[in-house]
Amino acid sequence: MVTFLTNLINGISLGSVYAIIALGYTMVYGIAKMLNFAHGDVIMVGAYICFFAVSTYELPPLLGVILAMAVCTALGIVIERLAYKPLRQAPSLAVLITAIGVSYFLQNGAQLLWSSNNKMFPTFIKGDALVLFDGQLHVSRTTLVTVIVCVVIMLVLTWFTGQTKMGKAMRACSEDKGAAQLMGINVDTTISVTFAIGSALAAIAGVLYMSSYPILVPTTGSMPGIKAFTAAVFGGIGSIPGAFLGGLLLGIIEIFAGAYISTQLANAIVFAVLIVVLLVKPTGLLGKQIREKV
Amino acid sequence: MKRLNAMSRTSRVNFLTYALVIAAFVVLQALSMGGGLSATLQGQLVPVCAYVVMALSLNLTVGVLGELSLGHAGFMSVGAFSGAVAASALQGVIPASGVRLALAMLIGAVFAGIVGTLISVPVLRLNGDYLAIVTLAFGQIIKSIIENLYVGVDGSGLHFSFLKPTVTLEQGGRMILNGPMGIPNIEKISTFLAGFLLILITLVIIFNLVNSRSGRAIMALRDNRIAAESVGINVTKYKMMAFVTSAALAGAAGALFSLGQNTIVAAKFDFNTSILILVYVVLGGQGNMWGSIVAASFLTILPESDAMRGLRDYRMLVYAIVLILVMLATNSPAIKGLFGQILDRTRSKKGGNTP
Amino acid sequence: MMKKSRFLSLALTGALCLSLLAGCGSSGGGGAASTPAPNGGGDVSTPAPAPAGDAFKIGGVGPLTGGAAIYGNAAANGARIAADEINALGGIQIDLRYEDDAHDAEKSVNAYNTLKGWGMQIFLGSVTSTPGVATSSEANRDKIFYLTPSASSTDVLGGVSNPLTGTVDVQRKECVYQMCFVDPNQGSASAQYIADQNLGSSIAVIYKNDDVYSTGVYNSFAAKAEELKLNVVSVTTFTEDTKTDFSVQLNDAKAQGADLVFLPMYYDAAALIFTQANAMDYAPKWFGIDGMDGILGVEGFDTSLAEGVMLLTPFNADAEDEATRSFVSKYQEKYGEIPNQFAADAYDCVYAIYNALVAGNATPDMNAANLSSLLIEQFNSMTFDGLTGEGMTWDVTGAVSKSPKGMVIQNGAYVGMD
Repeated sequence: MVTFLTNLINGISLGSVYAIIALGYTMVYGIAKMLNFAHGDVIMVGAYICFFAVSTYELPPLLGVILAMAVCTALGIVIERLAYKPLRQAPSLAVLITAIGVSYFLQNGAQLLWSSNNKMFPTFIKGDALVLFDGQLHVSRTTLVTVIVCVVIMLVLTWFTGQTKMGKAMRACSEDKGAAQLMGINVDTTISVTFAIGSALAAIAGVLYMSSYPILVPTTGSMPGIKAFTAAVFGGIGSIPGAFLGGLLLGIIEIFAGAYISTQLANAIVFAVLIVVLLVKPTGLLGKQIREKV
Repeated sequence: MKRLNAMSRTSRVNFLTYALVIAAFVVLQALSMGGGLSATLQGQLVPVCAYVVMALSLNLTVGVLGELSLGHAGFMSVGAFSGAVAASALQGVIPASGVRLALAMLIGAVFAGIVGTLISVPVLRLNGDYLAIVTLAFGQIIKSIIENLYVGVDGSGLHFSFLKPTVTLEQGGRMILNGPMGIPNIEKISTFLAGFLLILITLVIIFNLVNSRSGRAIMALRDNRIAAESVGINVTKYKMMAFVTSAALAGAAGALFSLGQNTIVAAKFDFNTSILILVYVVLGGQGNMWGSIVAASFLTILPESDAMRGLRDYRMLVYAIVLILVMLATNSPAIKGLFGQILDRTRSKKGGNTP
Repeated sequence: MMKKSRFLSLALTGALCLSLLAGCGSSGGGGAASTPAPNGGGDVSTPAPAPAGDAFKIGGVGPLTGGAAIYGNAAANGARIAADEINALGGIQIDLRYEDDAHDAEKSVNAYNTLKGWGMQIFLGSVTSTPGVATSSEANRDKIFYLTPSASSTDVLGGVSNPLTGTVDVQRKECVYQMCFVDPNQGSASAQYIADQNLGSSIAVIYKNDDVYSTGVYNSFAAKAEELKLNVVSVTTFTEDTKTDFSVQLNDAKAQGADLVFLPMYYDAAALIFTQANAMDYAPKWFGIDGMDGILGVEGFDTSLAEGVMLLTPFNADAEDEATRSFVSKYQEKYGEIPNQFAADAYDCVYAIYNALVAGNATPDMNAANLSSLLIEQFNSMTFDGLTGEGMTWDVTGAVSKSPKGMVIQNGAYVGMD
């Protein structure tokens, strides 16, 4: 029983990291209707910024996080303006390939700037682990913080897209860009704001990801990027609660598959479960079932 | 009249595509025999052919069928490993390397076709990005399975084990596939000529499919599924036809590729390779076969060229920038409009009829 | 506004066309002996190169970009320092060129071919194992001498019989030699060491099962452990795609009561394992292999996490001998980092080749095949003292014979175990 709970907690810990990345992914997808494969690399940039702020310049961790968010927000807007905006009318695949180009660019740029050597991310989520069942069950402070931040972000994003003016504009753009424009919504600004928010989230995700798995290299972002994309689709891409749920489940399945079946096949099992789920629910767990019109 | 024009235009493009491939082959073969090719390019002749076939076959899924696939390297992997295992196992039986290569490519195509058929069951139920993620998932699963597969051969035939290297072989038997270590000692039997022939065969298959009744049905599905369904086109049948053909061709390309390498490992055929092939297709233009050929050759050769290597540390950074700029240049409406204007002007100067 | 964007697009298209042309020009034309690319990239501190034709052209291939870039760059840097030192002596001159393979066998062969086109006479091989298997076959076919710093798989050398079948699957490649330990030696030596020193009563192993190096070491460890009746209670794996979370593996080891965990892997994954084990209050003895070396050099690593870690490694950046100190300080000065064993192995490679060239009275005008037979003869008979071992010898199998040093990490530094 305790083993099961330990695995569950580890799964939630891993899953909440996936979820937090997936939230940024799904947000951008929902509004701009593009798979931003460079999202994982923005996470990497955020992590590097925070690393240098805290480790090299010895700034307080919170300032490091804010700095990382600022840099990533700016980076997100610049990428959107230079690489994605000219392709607003182009087929979605063209944008996808451009996003991959941006991803290569960020990875190789990071290697040139910061070298390919491993960097150990500082631990600044300190404090004792939560101990349950007479010390048999440990929930680390990092896990607690990650889960809480993840839930908060999900709630704030849900509120933001549902209640605020900007959020409504985003949803309008998501439904129909042309109609939104006719209603007086500035589509370009709305999409830029979406990218800004998505990239700021990436910075937070980068810091939390690094707090759990603290080895930092220029390719750090690529695997979590793919996993988060999977999580976002799992939950129904474009759906904010879906990304949260998808990320969490993905983490739990990965840990359980490793613990109870085989660590050699853990990754394969995760993807097999994904396929089965999509067979039953073809638009993901919480995805909208869109009726096609003739 | 209009129809005839359209027809003749298609066949003209097809004819030019064949001509392009044949001309490129003749020139490269002549250069290669005359020693006029750099050692790098000489070594890349076979892989380039394999990537061209990969791009052509993916173009069938992406361009003609209109579905995004992110796991095409998985089919290449199936073809590469089944083909290489077959070629190795048949070493003693069929001494003629040309025959063995042809057989290996056929086996690669068959295995990849079977896997493609299996995968098409869930794939055909889904649409858009959900379909894309399922192909990605299959690519990952195939990689995991091959990474844990051990194959040995002895007098009584092939022996397999999964997860652990527990294959027991009789005296004189040898291991072919060693799980994560892949196949370490491939006899390089792929030739540029074989690659060229495979490209031609691929083109014949694709052009015949596209220009047939089935091909028009497939394109109708791409353009408007509901309308196509309402006129009685069998969605499952035609989607499957395109998808499985694409998988089988990728399998043949995989076998060609692996038999031109000294060693292959499953990790080679990962998500990044799938993406790379997708880049060829999108860059060359969806549905545009000669575009795929040019893009695949160009992007395979470019990063390895002396000019790019001269950039040293900045090589991959420049490659990324080139990729982004090419996508912007070929897809941005502003730039397209500019080209359009220039074309219009030259046409009107020449006195051509502008509508 | 419209005009501006059009101007921008035009400029971009222009730039694009230029870059495409640059690509075409090189790939299409060019005879076999194309001009060498300048060793640019801000490498200013290189001494003035010797006039062309007077220097031995030595090439190397490794992952200079991508996920394995750290190993390739370390090797390239280490070799560069050795070449610069040798060139400064004024005797034999070395023209060193490293090319990128992004840890991919296909690209590695492309890079090898590029070097061949450049006129490479001696090859420092591939840095990583899978590309190494491919390039060693090519170099052997072309009769170019091949000494790899770190591609440790037995398939790189060939001629080693498969433990399962007793058949030699890969024929011996006569031109190929290794500076590092071959994988199986490390695995069985580790098992032997653990048994001899009675280090653990229950042993867990975590290895990376999509990696040639890690799997190769594990397989021989497992065979030797069975022979020595070591009590292996838990064997778990991870892959490139799952190398972040080790909770399952660590929990399994802990639940099975393992008091020693064997980690045949590189130090990046090991650093994560130490961190995560610390978070779950699991403190067994840790035992690593040469890939563990470098863990103390990770920027920002809390060395207390690695306290008590044992490893078998040929190189120790903290060693007090003159050669190591000089190498480490030069490396730090030039690249701002502490060198790992890849750098040291590559440095040794260049010096071993230099010694052999001097001993064999080789001249730069000799062709690759003649140099190859000369070097093979020298390597089979010479003894070499380097950073990664003293009294190293090679034989016709191509494997190096040197003894691994048992090290233990104490107070953030390596200390000899014996």
